Amino acid sequence: MRIVSIVAERLAYGIGLLVAVLVLNFFLIRLAPGDPVQFLIGEMGGASEQFVREIRASYGLDRPLLEQLGIYLLKAAQGDLGRSFYYNSPVLDLFLSRAGPTILLIATATVVSLVAGTVLGVLSSRRPDGLFSTVVTVFSLIGYAAPVFWTGLLLVILFASYLPIFPVQGMRNLALQGNALTVALDIAHHLVLPALTLSIIYMAQYSRLARASMLEVLGSDYVRTARAKGVSETNVVFKHALRNAILPVITITGLHFGQLLSGAVLVEAVFNWPGLGTLAYDSILRRDYPTILGLLFFAAIMVVIANVLTDLCYAWADPRIKTGRQSA
Amino acid sequence: MTNTAIPSENDIVASSPTREALHMFLRNRAAVLGVILLSAVLLLTIVGRIVYAVDPFDIVGAPFTAPWTDKSVPLGTDHLGRNILAGLISGGLATLTVGGAAALLTLGIGLLVGALAGYFGGWVDEMLMRLTEFFQVLPSLILAMVLVSLFSPTLTTVTIAIGLVSWPTTARLTRAEFLKLKQLEYVKSARAIACSDAYIITRIILPNALPPLVISATLVIGAAILFEAGLSFLGLGDPNIMSWGLMIGTGRPYALDAWWVIALPGFAIFLTVLAVSLIGDGLNDAFNPKLRDR
Repeated sequence: MRIVSIVAERLAYGIGLLVAVLVLNFFLIRLAPGDPVQFLIGEMGGASEQFVREIRASYGLDRPLLEQLGIYLLKAAQGDLGRSFYYNSPVLDLFLSRAGPTILLIATATVVSLVAGTVLGVLSSRRPDGLFSTVVTVFSLIGYAAPVFWTGLLLVILFASYLPIFPVQGMRNLALQGNALTVALDIAHHLVLPALTLSIIYMAQYSRLARASMLEVLGSDYVRTARAKGVSETNVVFKHALRNAILPVITITGLHFGQLLSGAVLVEAVFNWPGLGTLAYDSILRRDYPTILGLLFFAAIMVVIANVLTDLCYAWADPRIKTGRQSA
Repeated sequence: MTNTAIPSENDIVASSPTREALHMFLRNRAAVLGVILLSAVLLLTIVGRIVYAVDPFDIVGAPFTAPWTDKSVPLGTDHLGRNILAGLISGGLATLTVGGAAALLTLGIGLLVGALAGYFGGWVDEMLMRLTEFFQVLPSLILAMVLVSLFSPTLTTVTIAIGLVSWPTTARLTRAEFLKLKQLEYVKSARAIACSDAYIITRIILPNALPPLVISATLVIGAAILFEAGLSFLGLGDPNIMSWGLMIGTGRPYALDAWWVIALPGFAIFLTVLAVSLIGDGLNDAFNPKLRDR
């Protein structure tokens, strides 16, 4: 199966990427002004002489640079990304406990923006000069230009003060007792605004892309052929055109995943969503370097996984990939 | 076109591609709106500083004065009683300077990497594209956060951080242009008369690759401004220099008490980025007549 080899290739590439991130982290700590120990245990003081010596020994900070790098990579390979000195717990545990909410937020935002963006784009491609198309274009311009944290804060103001139908902070109502379904509904209720905020930018971009892509596909020979043999307009649009027009949208979604993660940091900070973004925000305020550096590594892992998923989606949407047949 | 029967020399000049593009651009209402908006923002931040010289860090009134209620502070005050209008004027300069400088750096790195990769090909291309991919898949905001927090936040580190994480798109675009253009006859003739690689890259290919790169530069500027605002909002801007993002970041805990503390600086960012992207769209339509119908 070709798809297996594509995924394997991606994974190998991903592992290379992760090692590169670790090497980058390693050199950043050494390039930054100050003693590397300061970045490993915090600069606030309070660390005993003995603890500093222990850290120096365990990271081999008195050894040659390359050996230090080796120790650092080995530690990371064993899941030791250092210890957060603010939360006083291993960075890896911290990430594992915070990854769920972020994945939930990002997955929801991706699905919403992909579906809504494609639908808007397809509808507006039906009449490229019509009113609806203009509205979609204006919307996509606004969605691009508005800073995501600003949109989020405006929604917070709106829904907290004037229209209190959605919660604006956090992920769960801790006072709420109940079974799994009640909790799930509560989380979904809290998810509405953060997911909406994050979706808006990408909805804007995907609608633009889907529109352009649809316009191109609708002008192609096979669509004309389909129309000529009397296929209904709905089938032409959804079966013949959309299936091809959606390919660039999927590609861009995969490429955007890193950006989506960046957006999630800002959105989580706005809504106090208890995921990696809030963790990043809090760690920056406290200059908790092991956590900040680990975050970059963890983000890279998520990007690699997302890329594999994108490839699978692509193979599903474009059967030519699976069989390895070249497009004519 | 004029109505005279015999074309004069002026008519020939008038139909040059640049003139035609300018004409197209000026007929595009959205693009003209972009130019007007951007001029207004620049006027506010540059002339405003001279006309309205109030220190944005000075406490000038009661905290949380609403806009349009007190003539001495037309747009109200924040949680410390600092003048919002002064903040907008002064913060604009920081946001635009960092955005502009970061965009220049982004374009500089992108052009260099893209030009070298596209022109030389082979292992140079392979290496540089690996590097580009690496920076492209990493979440740029998180990487910039790491850089700024390790190297203390100042205007310079923020600018460099944004430039270092944003260049891959420009590099890819430049590479694609160079790959296309280096096949053309005039580049081959330049090589045949023994022009140096540096001369061919900078004097022969680059000028012809510029139009699409200029258009993409507008996107880069918009993105850099948004980026700066995001970093400042997260508390990673220079704390001693007022910027629009910093205003939103410091005002955030009081968002529910005073909407204007958040809404006004954000609106300024929004208008600026909107203006730049309208101009970019206008340029794109003007230089790509084929895409005009999209």
